[in-house]
Amino acid sequence: MDFLQPHSLAEALTLKAAHLAAMPISGGTDIMVEINFDARRPEALLDLNQVTELTRWAPDGDLIRIGAAVPYVRVIGELGGALPGLAMAARTVGSPQIRNRGTIGGNLGAASPAGDCHPVLLACGAIIEATSVRGTRQIPAAEFYIGPKRNALAADELITAVLIRPATGGQQFAKVGTRNAMVIAVCAFALDLRADGSVGTGIGSAGPTPLRATEAEEFLTAELAGRSTAALPEPLARRFGELVAAAARPIDDVRGTAAYRRHALSVLARRTLAWTWNAKGDKKCA
Amino acid sequence: MRVTLTVNAEPATADDVWEGESLLYVLRERLALPGSKNACEQGECGSCTVLLDDVPVCACLVAAGQAQGREIVTVEGLADTDGALHPVQQAFIDAGAVQCGFCTPGLIMQTHDFLRRTDGVPADADIRERLAGNLCRCTGYEKILDAVRLAAGRMANQ
Repeated sequence: MDFLQPHSLAEALTLKAAHLAAMPISGGTDIMVEINFDARRPEALLDLNQVTELTRWAPDGDLIRIGAAVPYVRVIGELGGALPGLAMAARTVGSPQIRNRGTIGGNLGAASPAGDCHPVLLACGAIIEATSVRGTRQIPAAEFYIGPKRNALAADELITAVLIRPATGGQQFAKVGTRNAMVIAVCAFALDLRADGSVGTGIGSAGPTPLRATEAEEFLTAELAGRSTAALPEPLARRFGELVAAAARPIDDVRGTAAYRRHALSVLARRTLAWTWNAKGDKKCA
Repeated sequence: MRVTLTVNAEPATADDVWEGESLLYVLRERLALPGSKNACEQGECGSCTVLLDDVPVCACLVAAGQAQGREIVTVEGLADTDGALHPVQQAFIDAGAVQCGFCTPGLIMQTHDFLRRTDGVPADADIRERLAGNLCRCTGYEKILDAVRLAAGRMANQ
Protein backbone atom coordinates (compact mmCIF):
# COMPACT_ATOMS: atom_id res chain seq x y z
CA MET A 1 0.00 0.00 0.00
CA ASP A 2 1.22 3.50 -0.80
CA PHE A 3 0.56 6.48 1.42
CA LEU A 4 0.17 9.64 -0.63
CA GLN A 5 0.16 12.91 1.27
CA PRO A 6 -0.47 15.97 -0.90
CA HIS A 7 -0.13 19.44 0.62
CA SER A 8 -2.40 21.28 -1.81
CA LEU A 9 -5.53 20.56 -3.82
CA ALA A 10 -3.60 20.79 -7.08
CA GLU A 11 -1.16 18.18 -5.83
CA ALA A 12 -4.02 15.97 -4.60
CA LEU A 13 -5.71 16.06 -8.02
CA THR A 14 -2.47 15.23 -9.82
CA LEU A 15 -1.88 12.29 -7.48
CA LYS A 16 -5.46 11.05 -7.90
CA ALA A 17 -5.11 11.18 -11.69
CA ALA A 18 -1.87 9.20 -11.46
CA HIS A 19 -3.24 6.70 -8.91
CA LEU A 20 -6.84 6.09 -9.92
CA ALA A 21 -7.25 3.30 -7.35
CA ALA A 22 -6.03 5.48 -4.47
CA MET A 23 -8.63 5.76 -1.72
CA PRO A 24 -9.09 9.32 -0.46
CA ILE A 25 -9.02 9.48 3.34
CA SER A 26 -9.88 12.44 5.53
CA GLY A 27 -11.46 11.65 8.91
CA GLY A 28 -10.89 7.94 8.38
CA THR A 29 -14.06 7.04 10.28
CA ASP A 30 -15.26 4.74 7.49
CA ILE A 31 -12.06 3.81 5.65
CA MET A 32 -10.03 2.85 8.69
CA VAL A 33 -12.80 0.58 9.98
CA GLU A 34 -12.66 -1.31 6.69
CA ILE A 35 -8.86 -1.51 6.76
CA ASN A 36 -8.80 -2.54 10.44
CA PHE A 37 -11.24 -5.35 9.68
CA ASP A 38 -9.44 -6.41 6.53
CA ALA A 39 -12.53 -5.61 4.47
CA ARG A 40 -10.60 -3.29 2.17
CA ARG A 41 -7.01 -3.14 1.00
CA PRO A 42 -6.68 -0.08 -1.24
CA GLU A 43 -3.57 0.12 -3.39
CA ALA A 44 -2.93 3.52 -1.89
CA LEU A 45 -4.34 5.95 0.65
CA LEU A 46 -4.62 9.56 -0.48
CA ASP A 47 -4.51 11.55 2.75
CA LEU A 48 -6.39 14.85 2.49
CA ASN A 49 -5.61 16.11 6.00
CA GLN A 50 -2.94 18.51 4.71
CA VAL A 51 -5.11 19.93 1.91
CA THR A 52 -6.30 23.03 3.72
CA GLU A 53 -8.44 24.22 0.78
CA LEU A 54 -10.90 21.45 1.67
CA THR A 55 -11.34 22.51 5.29
CA ARG A 56 -12.95 25.91 4.64
CA TRP A 57 -16.51 27.06 4.13
CA ALA A 58 -17.67 30.41 2.80
CA PRO A 59 -20.65 32.09 1.14
CA ASP A 60 -20.59 31.57 -2.63
CA GLY A 61 -23.16 33.84 -4.29
CA ASP A 62 -26.56 32.80 -2.97
CA LEU A 63 -25.15 29.51 -1.69
CA ILE A 64 -22.80 28.34 1.02
CA ARG A 65 -19.81 26.36 -0.20
CA ILE A 66 -18.63 23.81 2.36
CA GLY A 67 -15.25 22.21 1.76
CA ALA A 68 -15.45 18.44 1.61
CA ALA A 69 -13.16 18.01 4.64
CA VAL A 70 -15.01 20.32 7.04
CA PRO A 71 -15.70 18.01 10.01
CA TYR A 72 -19.21 17.55 11.42
CA VAL A 73 -18.26 19.32 14.64
CA ARG A 74 -17.76 22.53 12.65
CA VAL A 75 -20.97 22.07 10.65
CA ILE A 76 -22.79 21.93 13.99
CA GLY A 77 -20.88 24.81 15.57
CA GLU A 78 -20.56 27.18 12.63
CA LEU A 79 -23.39 26.45 10.21
CA GLY A 80 -26.37 25.69 12.46
CA GLY A 81 -27.87 29.12 11.81
CA ALA A 82 -27.79 29.09 8.01
CA LEU A 83 -28.18 25.33 7.52
CA PRO A 84 -30.18 24.00 10.47
CA GLY A 85 -31.18 20.76 8.72
CA LEU A 86 -27.61 19.84 7.89
CA ALA A 87 -26.46 20.75 11.39
CA MET A 88 -29.19 18.55 12.91
CA ALA A 89 -28.11 15.62 10.76
CA ALA A 90 -24.43 16.20 11.61
CA ARG A 91 -25.42 16.25 15.26
CA THR A 92 -26.68 12.64 15.00
CA VAL A 93 -23.46 11.25 13.50
CA GLY A 94 -21.52 8.79 15.67
CA SER A 95 -20.07 10.27 18.85
CA PRO A 96 -18.12 13.44 19.73
CA GLN A 97 -14.86 11.75 18.70
CA ILE A 98 -16.36 10.68 15.36
CA ARG A 99 -17.84 14.14 14.72
CA ASN A 100 -14.42 15.67 15.36
CA ARG A 101 -13.02 13.71 12.42
CA GLY A 102 -15.84 12.68 10.08
CA THR A 103 -16.73 14.93 7.13
CA ILE A 104 -19.56 15.52 4.67
CA GLY A 105 -17.17 14.66 1.88
CA GLY A 106 -16.58 11.27 3.49
CA ASN A 107 -20.31 10.68 3.84
CA LEU A 108 -20.68 11.40 0.10
CA GLY A 109 -17.67 9.32 -0.86
CA ALA A 110 -19.00 6.30 1.02
CA ALA A 111 -22.49 6.96 -0.44
CA SER A 112 -24.09 4.58 2.05
CA PRO A 113 -27.88 4.66 1.81
CA ALA A 114 -27.76 5.19 5.59
CA GLY A 115 -25.39 8.19 5.54
CA ASP A 116 -26.85 10.86 7.80
CA CYS A 117 -26.19 13.90 5.58
CA HIS A 118 -27.82 12.55 2.44
CA PRO A 119 -31.50 13.14 3.26
CA VAL A 120 -30.73 16.79 4.04
CA LEU A 121 -28.61 17.27 0.92
CA LEU A 122 -31.46 15.87 -1.18
CA ALA A 123 -34.13 17.92 0.61
CA CYS A 124 -32.14 21.13 0.19
CA GLY A 125 -31.24 20.46 -3.45
CA ALA A 126 -27.53 20.60 -2.63
CA ILE A 127 -24.89 20.43 -5.34
CA ILE A 128 -21.82 18.24 -5.03
CA GLU A 129 -18.66 19.70 -6.51
CA ALA A 130 -16.36 17.09 -8.06
CA THR A 131 -12.91 18.14 -9.22
CA SER A 132 -10.20 16.47 -11.25
CA VAL A 133 -7.21 17.60 -13.29
CA ARG A 134 -9.74 17.85 -16.14
CA GLY A 135 -11.77 20.49 -14.34
CA THR A 136 -14.68 20.94 -11.97
CA ARG A 137 -18.25 19.79 -12.38
CA GLN A 138 -21.32 20.30 -10.27
CA ILE A 139 -23.54 17.28 -9.62
CA PRO A 140 -27.02 17.75 -8.12
CA ALA A 141 -27.43 15.58 -5.03
CA ALA A 142 -30.40 13.85 -6.71
CA GLU A 143 -28.02 12.59 -9.43
CA PHE A 144 -25.09 11.80 -7.17
CA TYR A 145 -26.29 8.58 -5.54
CA ILE A 146 -26.43 5.89 -8.20
CA GLY A 147 -26.56 2.67 -6.16
CA PRO A 148 -25.80 1.14 -2.78
CA LYS A 149 -22.46 2.68 -1.76
CA ARG A 150 -21.99 3.94 -5.31
CA ASN A 151 -21.81 7.54 -6.43
CA ALA A 152 -21.40 9.45 -9.67
CA LEU A 153 -17.71 10.27 -9.21
CA ALA A 154 -15.24 9.42 -11.95
CA ALA A 155 -12.10 7.56 -10.96
CA ASP A 156 -9.90 10.65 -11.18
CA GLU A 157 -12.29 12.94 -9.32
CA LEU A 158 -12.28 14.10 -5.72
CA ILE A 159 -15.28 15.52 -3.89
CA THR A 160 -14.12 19.05 -3.18
CA ALA A 161 -17.20 20.80 -1.80
CA VAL A 162 -20.93 20.84 -1.24
CA LEU A 163 -22.97 23.89 -2.25
CA ILE A 164 -26.20 24.52 -0.35
CA ARG A 165 -28.69 27.35 -0.27
CA PRO A 166 -29.16 28.74 3.27
CA ALA A 167 -32.52 27.84 4.77
CA THR A 168 -35.27 30.24 3.79
CA GLY A 169 -38.01 28.62 5.88
CA GLY A 170 -38.05 25.73 8.30
CA GLN A 171 -35.88 22.62 8.17
CA GLN A 172 -35.92 19.40 10.15
CA PHE A 173 -34.07 16.11 10.29
CA ALA A 174 -35.14 13.04 12.22
CA LYS A 175 -33.60 9.61 12.52
CA VAL A 176 -34.68 6.32 14.06
CA GLY A 177 -32.08 4.22 15.84
CA THR A 178 -31.55 2.14 18.94
CA ARG A 179 -29.51 4.78 20.78
CA ASN A 180 -28.95 8.51 20.55
CA ALA A 181 -25.28 7.94 19.69
CA MET A 182 -23.17 5.59 17.59
CA VAL A 183 -26.14 4.51 15.57
CA ILE A 184 -26.58 3.65 11.92
CA ALA A 185 -30.00 4.93 10.94
CA VAL A 186 -32.86 2.44 10.74
CA CYS A 187 -34.43 5.17 8.68
CA ALA A 188 -34.13 8.94 8.50
CA PHE A 189 -36.05 11.84 7.02
CA ALA A 190 -35.26 15.45 6.17
CA LEU A 191 -37.66 18.25 5.33
CA ASP A 192 -37.03 21.71 3.85
CA LEU A 193 -39.99 24.13 3.77
CA ARG A 194 -38.90 27.12 1.69
CA ALA A 195 -40.03 30.75 1.72
CA ASP A 196 -41.08 30.48 -1.95
CA GLY A 197 -43.61 27.81 -0.97
CA SER A 198 -41.71 24.86 -2.39
CA VAL A 199 -40.89 21.76 -0.37
CA GLY A 200 -37.87 19.46 -0.33
CA THR A 201 -37.65 15.97 1.16
CA GLY A 202 -34.99 13.32 1.67
CA ILE A 203 -35.29 9.72 2.85
CA GLY A 204 -32.35 7.84 4.32
CA SER A 205 -31.69 4.16 5.01
CA ALA A 206 -34.89 2.99 3.32
CA GLY A 207 -33.82 2.21 -0.22
CA PRO A 208 -30.78 1.27 -2.30
CA THR A 209 -29.83 4.95 -2.32
CA PRO A 210 -31.00 8.01 -0.41
CA LEU A 211 -34.29 9.05 -2.02
CA ARG A 212 -36.51 12.07 -2.54
CA ALA A 213 -40.25 11.72 -2.04
CA THR A 214 -41.28 13.80 -5.03
CA GLU A 215 -45.00 13.05 -4.87
CA ALA A 216 -45.02 14.01 -1.22
CA GLU A 217 -43.20 17.25 -2.12
CA GLU A 218 -45.76 18.12 -4.82
CA PHE A 219 -48.68 17.29 -2.54
CA LEU A 220 -47.37 19.43 0.29
CA THR A 221 -46.41 22.34 -1.97
CA ALA A 222 -49.96 22.45 -3.32
CA GLU A 223 -51.56 22.03 0.10
CA LEU A 224 -49.47 24.72 1.82
CA ALA A 225 -50.05 27.35 -0.88
CA GLY A 226 -51.84 30.33 0.60
CA ARG A 227 -52.33 28.63 3.98
CA SER A 228 -52.21 30.67 7.19
CA THR A 229 -49.77 29.73 9.94
CA ALA A 230 -52.49 27.96 11.92
CA ALA A 231 -51.76 24.34 12.86
CA LEU A 232 -52.06 21.96 9.92
CA PRO A 233 -55.05 19.62 9.80
CA GLU A 234 -54.25 16.09 10.87
CA PRO A 235 -55.40 14.42 7.61
CA LEU A 236 -53.00 16.61 5.61
CA ALA A 237 -50.00 15.61 7.75
CA ARG A 238 -51.09 11.99 7.66
CA ARG A 239 -51.36 11.99 3.87
CA PHE A 240 -47.93 13.58 3.62
CA GLY A 241 -46.56 10.78 5.79
CA GLU A 242 -48.21 8.14 3.62
CA LEU A 243 -46.70 9.63 0.47
CA VAL A 244 -43.25 9.71 2.04
CA ALA A 245 -43.61 6.07 3.12
CA ALA A 246 -44.75 5.15 -0.38
CA ALA A 247 -41.62 6.73 -1.89
CA ALA A 248 -39.31 4.55 0.20
CA ARG A 249 -37.91 1.30 -1.22
CA PRO A 250 -36.79 -0.41 1.97
CA ILE A 251 -35.57 -3.94 2.58
CA ASP A 252 -35.60 -6.21 5.63
CA ASP A 253 -32.17 -6.26 7.26
CA VAL A 254 -30.51 -6.54 10.66
CA ARG A 255 -31.52 -3.01 11.62
CA GLY A 256 -35.22 -3.29 10.82
CA THR A 257 -37.88 -4.66 8.55
CA ALA A 258 -39.12 -2.94 5.42
CA ALA A 259 -42.59 -2.65 6.96
CA TYR A 260 -41.22 -1.02 10.09
CA ARG A 261 -39.15 1.42 8.05
CA ARG A 262 -42.15 2.48 5.99
CA HIS A 263 -44.25 2.97 9.10
CA ALA A 264 -41.49 4.88 10.92
CA LEU A 265 -40.94 7.12 7.90
CA SER A 266 -44.60 8.08 7.80
CA VAL A 267 -44.35 9.03 11.46
CA LEU A 268 -41.10 10.97 10.98
CA ALA A 269 -42.56 12.82 8.00
CA ARG A 270 -45.67 13.78 9.94
CA ARG A 271 -43.70 14.89 12.99
CA THR A 272 -41.06 16.86 11.13
CA LEU A 273 -43.81 18.62 9.20
CA ALA A 274 -45.54 19.62 12.42
CA TRP A 275 -42.28 20.75 14.07
CA THR A 276 -41.27 22.77 11.04
CA TRP A 277 -44.69 24.30 10.44
CA ASN A 278 -45.25 25.19 14.09
CA ALA A 279 -41.81 26.80 14.34
CA LYS A 280 -42.27 28.73 11.10
CA GLY A 281 -39.83 31.60 10.85
CA ASP A 282 -37.66 30.21 13.64
CA LYS A 283 -34.40 29.03 12.04
CA LYS A 284 -32.66 28.05 15.24
CA CYS A 285 -30.83 24.72 15.27
CA ALA A 286 -32.28 22.13 17.63
CA MET B 1 7.42 4.04 6.05
CA ARG B 2 8.75 6.25 8.81
CA VAL B 3 6.40 8.39 10.88
CA THR B 4 7.72 11.20 13.05
CA LEU B 5 5.38 12.90 15.45
CA THR B 6 5.25 14.51 18.87
CA VAL B 7 3.81 12.33 21.61
CA ASN B 8 3.22 13.76 25.08
CA ALA B 9 5.49 16.71 24.24
CA GLU B 10 8.40 14.45 23.21
CA PRO B 11 9.55 13.85 19.64
CA ALA B 12 8.91 10.27 18.54
CA THR B 13 9.81 8.21 15.49
CA ALA B 14 8.27 4.95 14.34
CA ASP B 15 9.95 2.92 11.60
CA ASP B 16 8.66 0.16 9.32
CA VAL B 17 5.13 1.44 9.71
CA TRP B 18 2.65 -0.28 7.38
CA GLU B 19 0.70 2.33 5.41
CA GLY B 20 -2.67 0.93 6.48
CA GLU B 21 -1.73 0.86 10.16
CA SER B 22 -3.59 2.99 12.71
CA LEU B 23 -2.17 5.61 15.02
CA LEU B 24 -3.32 3.36 17.86
CA TYR B 25 -1.08 0.53 16.64
CA VAL B 26 1.87 2.91 16.33
CA LEU B 27 1.36 4.16 19.88
CA ARG B 28 0.89 0.76 21.47
CA GLU B 29 3.15 -1.52 19.47
CA ARG B 30 5.90 0.76 18.17
CA LEU B 31 6.20 3.51 20.77
CA ALA B 32 5.59 1.37 23.89
CA LEU B 33 2.60 3.44 25.02
CA PRO B 34 -0.09 0.88 25.86
CA GLY B 35 -2.27 3.33 27.82
CA SER B 36 -4.62 3.87 24.89
CA LYS B 37 -6.63 0.66 24.67
CA ASN B 38 -7.44 -1.42 21.63
CA ALA B 39 -10.96 -2.79 21.83
CA CYS B 40 -13.39 -2.37 18.94
CA GLU B 41 -11.14 -0.93 16.20
CA GLN B 42 -14.18 0.73 14.66
CA GLY B 43 -14.65 3.92 16.64
CA GLU B 44 -17.56 2.54 18.66
CA CYS B 45 -16.02 2.24 22.12
CA GLY B 46 -13.77 5.28 22.61
CA SER B 47 -11.18 3.35 24.62
CA CYS B 48 -8.40 4.55 22.28
CA THR B 49 -9.27 8.25 22.60
CA VAL B 50 -6.22 10.51 22.32
CA LEU B 51 -5.75 14.18 21.47
CA LEU B 52 -4.63 14.82 17.90
CA ASP B 53 -3.53 18.44 17.61
CA ASP B 54 -5.58 19.02 20.77
CA VAL B 55 -8.78 17.40 19.42
CA PRO B 56 -10.08 14.12 20.91
CA VAL B 57 -10.19 11.37 18.30
CA CYS B 58 -10.31 7.59 18.16
CA ALA B 59 -6.68 6.66 17.51
CA CYS B 60 -7.84 3.44 15.83
CA LEU B 61 -9.41 5.52 13.01
CA VAL B 62 -6.40 7.75 12.32
CA ALA B 63 -4.07 6.32 9.69
CA ALA B 64 -0.51 6.31 10.98
CA GLY B 65 0.68 8.55 8.17
CA GLN B 66 -1.98 11.13 9.01
CA ALA B 67 -0.21 11.68 12.33
CA GLN B 68 3.03 12.64 10.57
CA GLY B 69 4.33 15.89 12.08
CA ARG B 70 1.37 16.25 14.42
CA GLU B 71 1.01 16.44 18.20
CA ILE B 72 -0.52 13.57 20.15
CA VAL B 73 -1.40 13.46 23.82
CA THR B 74 -2.21 10.06 25.32
CA VAL B 75 -3.35 9.18 28.82
CA GLU B 76 0.33 8.68 29.70
CA GLY B 77 0.86 12.39 29.09
CA LEU B 78 -1.87 13.67 31.37
CA ALA B 79 -0.23 13.46 34.80
CA ASP B 80 2.30 16.10 35.87
CA THR B 81 5.92 15.31 35.20
CA ASP B 82 6.38 14.98 38.99
CA GLY B 83 3.86 12.14 38.93
CA ALA B 84 0.88 14.01 40.41
CA LEU B 85 -2.25 12.71 38.76
CA HIS B 86 -4.45 14.96 36.66
CA PRO B 87 -7.61 15.98 38.58
CA VAL B 88 -9.73 13.85 36.22
CA GLN B 89 -7.55 10.79 36.92
CA GLN B 90 -7.70 11.39 40.68
CA ALA B 91 -11.47 11.86 40.56
CA PHE B 92 -11.96 8.54 38.72
CA ILE B 93 -10.01 6.79 41.50
CA ASP B 94 -11.76 8.63 44.34
CA ALA B 95 -15.24 8.07 42.91
CA GLY B 96 -14.67 4.36 42.27
CA ALA B 97 -15.20 4.89 38.55
CA VAL B 98 -12.59 2.27 37.62
CA GLN B 99 -13.42 -1.42 37.65
CA CYS B 100 -11.65 -3.49 35.02
CA GLY B 101 -10.06 -0.27 33.82
CA PHE B 102 -10.10 -1.00 30.12
CA CYS B 103 -12.35 1.93 29.18
CA THR B 104 -10.74 4.27 31.71
CA PRO B 105 -7.97 5.85 29.58
CA GLY B 106 -10.44 6.81 26.86
CA LEU B 107 -12.99 8.12 29.32
CA ILE B 108 -10.32 10.14 31.09
CA MET B 109 -9.08 11.71 27.85
CA GLN B 110 -12.61 12.56 26.74
CA THR B 111 -13.56 13.89 30.18
CA HIS B 112 -10.38 15.97 30.30
CA ASP B 113 -11.23 17.56 26.96
CA PHE B 114 -14.84 18.12 28.04
CA LEU B 115 -14.04 19.77 31.37
CA ARG B 116 -11.38 22.10 30.05
CA ARG B 117 -14.06 23.52 27.73
CA THR B 118 -16.73 23.69 30.46
CA ASP B 119 -17.28 26.19 33.26
CA GLY B 120 -18.36 24.69 36.57
CA VAL B 121 -20.08 21.34 36.97
CA PRO B 122 -21.85 20.29 33.77
CA ALA B 123 -25.43 19.02 33.70
CA ASP B 124 -25.92 15.25 33.61
CA ALA B 125 -27.41 15.42 30.13
CA ASP B 126 -24.29 17.19 28.86
CA ILE B 127 -21.97 14.65 30.51
CA ARG B 128 -23.91 11.76 28.98
CA GLU B 129 -23.86 13.43 25.59
CA ARG B 130 -20.14 14.13 25.68
CA LEU B 131 -19.27 10.62 26.84
CA ALA B 132 -21.71 8.93 24.43
CA GLY B 133 -18.82 7.53 22.38
CA ASN B 134 -17.11 5.82 25.35
CA LEU B 135 -18.44 2.42 26.37
CA CYS B 136 -17.98 0.87 29.82
CA ARG B 137 -19.23 -2.65 30.46
CA CYS B 138 -18.51 -2.75 34.22
CA THR B 139 -19.66 0.29 36.10
CA GLY B 140 -23.12 1.01 34.74
CA TYR B 141 -21.78 4.57 34.31
CA GLU B 142 -23.11 5.94 37.62
CA LYS B 143 -19.66 6.10 39.20
CA ILE B 144 -18.27 7.59 36.02
CA LEU B 145 -20.84 10.38 36.19
CA ASP B 146 -19.85 10.85 39.85
CA ALA B 147 -16.20 11.10 38.82
CA VAL B 148 -16.90 13.70 36.15
CA ARG B 149 -18.90 15.83 38.58
CA LEU B 150 -16.21 15.42 41.26
CA ALA B 151 -13.43 16.42 38.86
CA ALA B 152 -15.43 19.36 37.56
CA GLY B 153 -16.10 20.61 41.08
CA ARG B 154 -12.45 20.31 42.09
CA MET B 155 -11.21 21.97 38.91
CA ALA B 156 -13.70 24.83 39.34
CA ASN B 157 -12.32 25.47 42.84
CA GLN B 158 -8.67 25.44 41.79
